[in-house]
Amino acid sequence: MLDDFLTRAALAGVGLSLATGPLGSFVVWRRMAYFGDATAHAAILGVALALATDLPVEVGIITIALAMAVTVATLAAKGWAMDTTLGVLAHSALAFGLVAVSFVPGVRTDLSAWLFGDILAVSKADLGFVWGGAVVVLALLAWRWQALLTATLNADLAHASGLNPDRERLVLTVALAIVVAVAIKVVGALLIAAMLIVPAAAARSLSRTPEAMAAFATLIGAVSALGGLQLSLWQDTPAGPSIIVVAALVFAGTAAFGRRFMA
Amino acid sequence: MTLIEANHVCVRFGGAEVLHDVSLGVERGEIVTIVGPNGSGKSTLLRALLGIVPLAQGEVRRAPGLRIGYVPQRLALDRSLPITVRRFLSLPQRVSAAAAAQALARVGLTGVDQLQMAALSGGQLQRVLLARALLSSPQLLVLDEPTQGLDQPGEAGFYRLIEDVRATTGAAVLMVSHDLHVVMAASDRVICLNGHVCCEGTPRVVSQAAEYRALFGLGTQGALALYQHAHDHEHAGGPHDHHHDHDQTHTHASGRHIHA
Repeated sequence: MLDDFLTRAALAGVGLSLATGPLGSFVVWRRMAYFGDATAHAAILGVALALATDLPVEVGIITIALAMAVTVATLAAKGWAMDTTLGVLAHSALAFGLVAVSFVPGVRTDLSAWLFGDILAVSKADLGFVWGGAVVVLALLAWRWQALLTATLNADLAHASGLNPDRERLVLTVALAIVVAVAIKVVGALLIAAMLIVPAAAARSLSRTPEAMAAFATLIGAVSALGGLQLSLWQDTPAGPSIIVVAALVFAGTAAFGRRFMA
Repeated sequence: MTLIEANHVCVRFGGAEVLHDVSLGVERGEIVTIVGPNGSGKSTLLRALLGIVPLAQGEVRRAPGLRIGYVPQRLALDRSLPITVRRFLSLPQRVSAAAAAQALARVGLTGVDQLQMAALSGGQLQRVLLARALLSSPQLLVLDEPTQGLDQPGEAGFYRLIEDVRATTGAAVLMVSHDLHVVMAASDRVICLNGHVCCEGTPRVVSQAAEYRALFGLGTQGALALYQHAHDHEHAGGPHDHHHDHDQTHTHASGRHIHA
């Protein structure tokens, strides 16, 4: 069954959305959209690093993604203006990554696979990595779920309950780095943040509880992945962007009609 | 016994000293109110006691295993996060439906458990925050300006609720406020703060202290009159049934009504 590239692509898309649904909900709730973008863009730099040093690409991506997250957190703690800082970091990371990749022989030609993903070329090993990463992220979020939600609602409330909001933020940062490494094959560095944010935003108007929103975001992500693949086959469009196009259409639909389900 | 105490606590933000050599303690079952003008470090003191802000000097000691119920100054609810009252009450510890309903009834709310938190009025939200704090069976309730954004009847009602909670659960209460008269009427002890402890004692003692009067720009009789004015209202409402253990023998006749 896994010998069919379409089956592998479909499973990779569904597996990714298992992680991006719940994590994307936190990205939306905590207004980390730009942070997600910065981390995802930094992945290109990670790819360049890995190729230059013969490390596995995933190791390079996770390393750089975590380095980016730590840089952002450090600057935020020093009181830097976050919107500007993230803007500078996100675009610089992408630019540095693209320049760095150009020094690595043979990569220039399939740069677009890293930028836009190549879900139709997902191997069995890639598929294992996607599902493995998704399960790790899901387990991490499930383990910290109550604490994460409390810290997201109000950091002082979490503190007073004996939780450490900084530790919970670190959990999300690690989860984000893993998701970036997992998602780059599927939707590409440029659209990872979209895969996090668009399904979660579409789920918002259908949901009355955080858990419902995470579940709807997962479902919408999976439907978008399958729909995007279908669109890609049918119209010969690039698969990664097609997935986001479907998710955006779902968002438009729930934003327009979803309010009627709300109390 | 002392539930929580601060010994010579100093807190600095950047170079500025926000709290200087603050010492205080809260005993089992008492209601202590911290009053002070804006920027006097009231919220910072609570946050230092809760361990949220680091101490530059001094120490905070808690009774072993102390359970604290915290009601924050406000809960900024992001529209992107859907959450019902029922779900909110189960954070961070999951509670049974029966326990949640009981906590809501305790604070005088019924039929709100399926409402979105964002749909609550200011008064309802404060009561839900209090209900959540009560679910951990706290020995100490910490409230940071709990009546901000409430109108006067709402404010008075909320403080009556606090006294009632203390009377039925025996929990001590430590709260911060900048409104004076209603709070002082409901407190056993008042601590007047302005970066350091200016004065402390029963409401009656504090309201007559020169430091307190200077801090709030009050004349020779203003605060006492305000304080006793609030008492007059309570007495007018029925039999004397509240649980103050401050001087009950003061003469209400000496209170001057100061409104025009």
